[in-house]
This record gives sequence, C-alpha cells and structure tokens, in this order.
Amino acid sequence: MARRTTDKSEREPNLGARVARVVVDVMLKPEILDPQGQAIHKALGRLGFAGVDEVRAGKRFEVTVSDSLAGDPQALEDEVRRLAETLLANTVIEDFTVRVEA
Amino acid sequence: MSQAAFRVGVVTFPGTLDDRDAARAVRLAGGEPVALWHRDHDLRSVDAVVLPGGFSYGDYLRCGAIARFSPVMTEIADAARGGLPVLGICNGFQVLCESHLLPGALTRNESLHFVCRDQRLRIESTSTAWTGDYSDGEEITVPLKNGEGGYVADAATLDRLEGEGLVVARYLDVNPNGSYRDIAGIRNERGNVVGLMPHPEHAVEPLTGPTTDGLGFFTSVLRSLAGAAA
Repeated sequence: MARRTTDKSEREPNLGARVARVVVDVMLKPEILDPQGQAIHKALGRLGFAGVDEVRAGKRFEVTVSDSLAGDPQALEDEVRRLAETLLANTVIEDFTVRVEA
Repeated sequence: MSQAAFRVGVVTFPGTLDDRDAARAVRLAGGEPVALWHRDHDLRSVDAVVLPGGFSYGDYLRCGAIARFSPVMTEIADAARGGLPVLGICNGFQVLCESHLLPGALTRNESLHFVCRDQRLRIESTSTAWTGDYSDGEEITVPLKNGEGGYVADAATLDRLEGEGLVVARYLDVNPNGSYRDIAGIRNERGNVVGLMPHPEHAVEPLTGPTTDGLGFFTSVLRSLAGAAA
C-alpha cells in the first residue's frame, strides 16, 4: 500500500477516490486450545442456552484502503493477505481469511 | 581474567516491567548491565542481551507481536542469528517466538487466570549460553507470573524439541498455565537463544526472592562469554 502523503490535497476528502474495506478474520488453529472460547461456552450453559456444542473465539480486523489499490481487487487482496501474514495473524497458531467488501 | 566485565544489554520497550531486576541480576552475577532502548538501532557493543518481562506495547494484538518489529529487535534478531546470546524472559520469550527465533507460541493460560507463584522447575538442557552453570536435571525454584504463558506448538515441533534436547526447563509439581508437555523454556539449536516463561531475575537475592536459584542464568552467560574469549 502506498504510504499516505502529507500533501494537503491528499488529506482532504476526494469524492472521486476509490475506497475499499477488507475484512480479515483470524482464528486459532483447530488443534490449539482456546480457553476463552471454552469459558464463553460454559457461561452460555449457565445462562440456559442449550444445545451449544462448542464456542471458539477469534478476532476480526477491518482494513480500509483508499488509494490506487482499491481499484485493483486482486492486488488489494494480495496486499492485505501479506499484511495479515506479517502482523495481524501469527500463522504458527492462527489461520486467517481475507474478504474484500464491495 | 583482569579484563573489563562483559556487557549485557537489557531492553526496555514501552510497558516493560522487569528491566531493572534483570539489570540488577546481571550486576550481581558480575556483568555490566547496559540499557537498550526499543527505538534504537544501536546495540552499544553488548556481548549478550536480555529481553525482560512485562507487557510490551500493552500486549496489543498479541503478546510480543508489536515489539518484534521495533528497531532494536531488528538488530537483536540479526545478531542472534549470528550467535549473540539472547535470553527472553516471560514477555521476552513471547517476543522471541513472535520473531521466529524460537518455534511455537505462547497463549492465554488454560485457567484464564493470571498466575503468580514460586515455581519449581527442572533444568533439562545445560549446553546453552544461559544454563551452563546448572547441572542436568537440577531442580530450581523461581517466581512465575503470567497471564499468557501457555506454550503451544504443533505435535511435530514438540517432538523435534524433545528429540533434539531443545527443552531447557520443565514445570514440576503443577503445570501453571497449560503449557504443552509442561514446557517452561526452550532453546534454539545453537544454544545461544533461550526463552523462559518463569523469572530467574527475581530469584537472585535472599532478601527479595524465594531462592537465589535464578542467578545461574546470568553467571552462565558470563562464563560462556569468558570461555569464548579465552
């Protein structure tokens, strides 16, 4: 992603600019114990919600992109996938999915 | 040897708690502690580095995930690959795993509770830069305090750690955080990088620690450096 410049014209809303939102969901891999999900599951039982077999907790990131990348869905997805791998998820213990929203 | 004391860097990130205790442990062991700042690229000619405990960058995202990309960690990671002795304690262990200098990861305690106790450990690898002053199988007691200290890795990695003797310390009596195979600390193949969840730097003086069992980590690295220099 190109770094935002501090040029004034770049900082002001540009009605012609393309904006895209990309959602990254990060979940612990199935083989990794999820004590938070287990605690939520137990609490649901105490609250009387029957029939819940399992709860696993994860994280959702919403990444908003408003430069030239937004016009190229494939490049956008590739770039967000790269940043998710680098920082948002620890791929040793977590899986992630990337979804470009319209 | 009449040379100047070896210089052991102690890194301070925003949110680090145990840098002063780590520096004190270095001094009590006979080394010269050198403060390293997270935003610096300069390692100040240190001979070894301690990444102390705490909550670097507020533990935001994941413990150690932001610290991993700090300027000082870029330098330390390169130097560690070149053989610089690096000990990561608690949050420092998390930073080493996030940096992929050590395999696996540390996750939320199985109990979901923050645990603070004097913990008995068994030292299982003494051929590292940080554990040479212990004997194989030696049992020590040092404080442990963590909320996300559960060591996890896939089965293949765990088998490799066990098979290659890369487990440095294991929990005795109780497993305080759900760590797979009771693992409290691990090392890299070369033995210069060690990560440990319990806190040896809090067990270096009778007045403030449950024992002085932790001092061995700091005397070990100085002896190892002296051996390398001789």
